Amino acid sequence: MKQMEYLFLFLEQNCVIANNMGEEVKLYKTWSTPFGLRVVWALKLKGIDYESIDEDLSNKSDLLLHYNPVYKKVPVLVHNGNPISESTVILEYIDDTWKQNPILSQDPVERARQRFWAKFNEEKLLPTIWAIFTTEGKDLEEAMAAWVENLKFVEEELKGKKLFGGEKMGLADLVFGWLANLIGIFEEVSGLKIVDERYPLLLTWMQVFSELPVIKETWPPHDKMITKYRALYEKYHPAK
Amino acid sequence: MGEEELKVLGAWGSPFSRRVEIALELKGVPFQYIEENVFDEKLKSPLLLKCNPVHRKVPVLLHDGKPVVESLIILEYIDETWKNNPILPPDPHRRAQARFWAHFIDHKCMPPVWTALLGSVEEREKAVEEVRECLKTLEGVLDGNRFFGGETIGLVDIAANFIAYWLRAIQEVSGLDFMNEDQLPLLTKWCEEFVSCNVVKEHLPPRDKLITFMKNWLSANGWSWTD
Repeated sequence: MKQMEYLFLFLEQNCVIANNMGEEVKLYKTWSTPFGLRVVWALKLKGIDYESIDEDLSNKSDLLLHYNPVYKKVPVLVHNGNPISESTVILEYIDDTWKQNPILSQDPVERARQRFWAKFNEEKLLPTIWAIFTTEGKDLEEAMAAWVENLKFVEEELKGKKLFGGEKMGLADLVFGWLANLIGIFEEVSGLKIVDERYPLLLTWMQVFSELPVIKETWPPHDKMITKYRALYEKYHPAK
Repeated sequence: MGEEELKVLGAWGSPFSRRVEIALELKGVPFQYIEENVFDEKLKSPLLLKCNPVHRKVPVLLHDGKPVVESLIILEYIDETWKNNPILPPDPHRRAQARFWAHFIDHKCMPPVWTALLGSVEEREKAVEEVRECLKTLEGVLDGNRFFGGETIGLVDIAANFIAYWLRAIQEVSGLDFMNEDQLPLLTKWCEEFVSCNVVKEHLPPRDKLITFMKNWLSANGWSWTD
């Protein structure tokens, strides 16, 4: 009897028992995509075993094009042969399918709040950060002004909260996640200060988020990111 | 069950605020409607600005004093709060498909419509073609079903209210040929079925009023009918 107990204890401590035995989960992404990383975090949070396929976007695989014919983009999650595209749609799918460690609370008002901030990130912050990264002169000034306006709202929302989800990480945190890594990279490459001391709550959030067990050490290799984004920055800001 | 206070801040001509009305009608939930002036910042009500300080837009759903904003988010809220006549199916994969297509309608189908109306002549042609491609894709999504939701209307049908009604009005007023009925027989039939639904027809803006509004709006934005 004692031997069996030791065996079970050994298995419990040493084997990752996935929460999706018998189910096939594949994730199509790239090594650097922040959108794909959101899905990685969600799957990790739920303890879901999956196969990761890194695509070369300059030479997309036939399977990717088959699974996402509308946008032809990553990430795509394929669960038992069924594809799901669009990172926020995938996150909600993961939460609907695997119930442990929920990304969204059961309360409809809370769910609406998190979805609101996820949408705000996608529709306001992302385009603005891209404009900051790729433009110069008057366009850059306008982009920075829009960014400052947007961050005021974010800072307000974080008042009294450790994370967008409250005490625990939620949908909005996963969607905002890219900020915790890419802002530093953009600042290093461009020489611009993008999130400064006017936003102490956001700066704290970026640190707290990065330290979460699910997030820690998941960022793509720093040097590789700097090389990639430096090349991109130079493309949009050719040396005169 | 106690009396719940439900208000909708909307605008008569907005497809987004009409989506919320359709969903509440579908659930049989009574609400108080408050018309907002969305074109003049100075005329937006203090209530609107308090409920939606970030975007200052309609629709806003106020449920027992708690605001919910963004039409698709409101639809999900309504579906989660009132369980009868579901807007989203129970199966996670089908839910994901519905969310995907609702997102497609708002982010891929609608923007080129505005570009076609407000952009340069060169941008217009490309934009019209983009809209046509989107509509062709939606024709395929219908796949012989009566509605995007199957036998009854669902999230995607409600999100596509713009296509069923507003797009056709825009087409009539502008002369731009977005939707070719011969090439899109399923979508054309869907448009007619959708606008005839009991829960929908009371929540469409009066046609004449919409047409007049669109003519004035196009004129004000430099549209030329002699193209």
